[in-house]
Amino acid sequence: MNLDIKIATRESYGKTVTKLGKDNKNIVVLDADLAAATKTEIFKKEFPDRFFDMGISEQDMIGTAAGLAACGKIPYASTFAVFATGRAYDQIRNSVCYPNLNVKICATHAGVTVGEDGATHQMLEDLSLMRTLPNMTVMCTSDDISTKWAVEEISKYKGPVYLRLCRLASPVIYDENQKFEIGKGVQIGDGEDATIFATGVVVSEAIKAQEILKEKGINVRVVDIHTIKPIDKELIIKCAKETDKIITIEDHSIIGGLGTAVCEVLSEEYPKKVIRMGVNDTFGKSANANVLLKYFKLTAEDIVEKLI
Amino acid sequence: MGRLKKEELPGITREIRKGIIESVYNAKSGHPGGSLSCADILTVLYFYQMNINPENPDAKERDRFVLSKGHAAPALYSTLANRGFFDKSELINLRKIDSILQGHPDMNKIPGVDMTTGSLGQGLSIANGMAISSKLNKEGYRVYCLLGDGEIQEGQVWEAAMSAVHYKLDNLCIIVDNNNLQIDGKIDDVMSPYPIDKKFESFGFEVINIDGHNYDEIIKAFDVAKQIKGRPTAIIAKTIKGKGVSFMENQAGWHGKAPNEEQYLEALKELA
Repeated sequence: MNLDIKIATRESYGKTVTKLGKDNKNIVVLDADLAAATKTEIFKKEFPDRFFDMGISEQDMIGTAAGLAACGKIPYASTFAVFATGRAYDQIRNSVCYPNLNVKICATHAGVTVGEDGATHQMLEDLSLMRTLPNMTVMCTSDDISTKWAVEEISKYKGPVYLRLCRLASPVIYDENQKFEIGKGVQIGDGEDATIFATGVVVSEAIKAQEILKEKGINVRVVDIHTIKPIDKELIIKCAKETDKIITIEDHSIIGGLGTAVCEVLSEEYPKKVIRMGVNDTFGKSANANVLLKYFKLTAEDIVEKLI
Repeated sequence: MGRLKKEELPGITREIRKGIIESVYNAKSGHPGGSLSCADILTVLYFYQMNINPENPDAKERDRFVLSKGHAAPALYSTLANRGFFDKSELINLRKIDSILQGHPDMNKIPGVDMTTGSLGQGLSIANGMAISSKLNKEGYRVYCLLGDGEIQEGQVWEAAMSAVHYKLDNLCIIVDNNNLQIDGKIDDVMSPYPIDKKFESFGFEVINIDGHNYDEIIKAFDVAKQIKGRPTAIIAKTIKGKGVSFMENQAGWHGKAPNEEQYLEALKELA
């Protein structure tokens, strides 16, 4: 992990979808007046004819994307996570997931790491909402490399996808040659004292915690769960068997997201105590993103505290 | 079967209405009122207007139809069955566990259904997406979308109306089935969407007011819509809820109720 290079996953998304657009004319991009923030403006500049700004109307955006998909297009629809999954939930449910249409919802500004905009804009329930929808694949990538991979990979996968992206620039974790697969977590290290299952922007915090703990003689492994659904059952069970403690961490409510998904797997397959770190059934707050990570106890130091 | 002659249309509509009654009667639930009100419009679309082929229901260049008021599924099903997309004998299996005929249209189960609908207010956005796709691919097909007059109380319809005009979707034609009734009563008592024509006009649509049971007016409106350039068309079709079955006509109570055996036989007699 290179702590010096920080890139927001929304940036990786904007660049990659534009790159894809060059070769694949079926790729179209929709936004709801947030193209500058979601980074779809990069695509807009390159392919204005295949970019559709729907204005501030997320429900219409998702419906339009469904119509485009029904005619063979591969629409990437973007806005902030709170509006994509909250405002347009029924459209995603009934017009995208039920008919199983090939719509890629790439939502940025998820979690408290949105920062200063505060609670109304900090989506903490999106993984929960999207995970319950049949046919939906739910992803949440942690860095530039994994996001570039995911944005391209989902263009080849047929069916609805929700990809959760962040505003905050975060460290580049992987090198260019890292292999990923939808539905398969990435295990980093093989410590047996604990497993830290992490997703999204806080995977880098988990890796930092791993390094701090190592100095203290505690060996943990980090598992980047970039696909929340389908969840990597096999890897979760394997880690539960091989390590003493299990922790989950996410910039999301502890209800319904990664923590819940891991608990669901383990309660059925290999019952074991799980410590869930996340936002504890409350709304966000206005402040700088890094201040908020500390406030909501989502930093490397907070993980370390749980394991010593 | 190709395009029918105008004079053949009323006979087909009668068959479609019979299919509606038979399917809802056998399902013991469903929505006859709003199905009967749009039967003439669907007849003109599927037997006269649209470029479709039951032998090749997924043809890329076919015209598309979105039943935004998805609860009028019995009307769409009966129309598709009469047009030959699937066997008419399937109609009596409406809403049964193994049937392709779900309570609301499912594009992945029923040949000829272009979009899954049921949650009101969503169809126009989808039709817009289809119309945009037609333009992007220069495929030239037209997109039709039927909305309920109560349905347009949904805010998304107006988001989509803005988009249709903004993107100059002249290959899009919407029809509002203005039967004046919704579940809780008259639409203007519940939450008036009137004046419907002025609203769409102010959004930038070409607006045509017609009698939704008059074939000449329906056909002419679709023909005019085809000639309009640079903006979409909204046909406001004045209709009668429950049309064709006297005791169902203009009765909100028949929005979502199946006839009993006596009523069923009476309805079929009237439609004979």
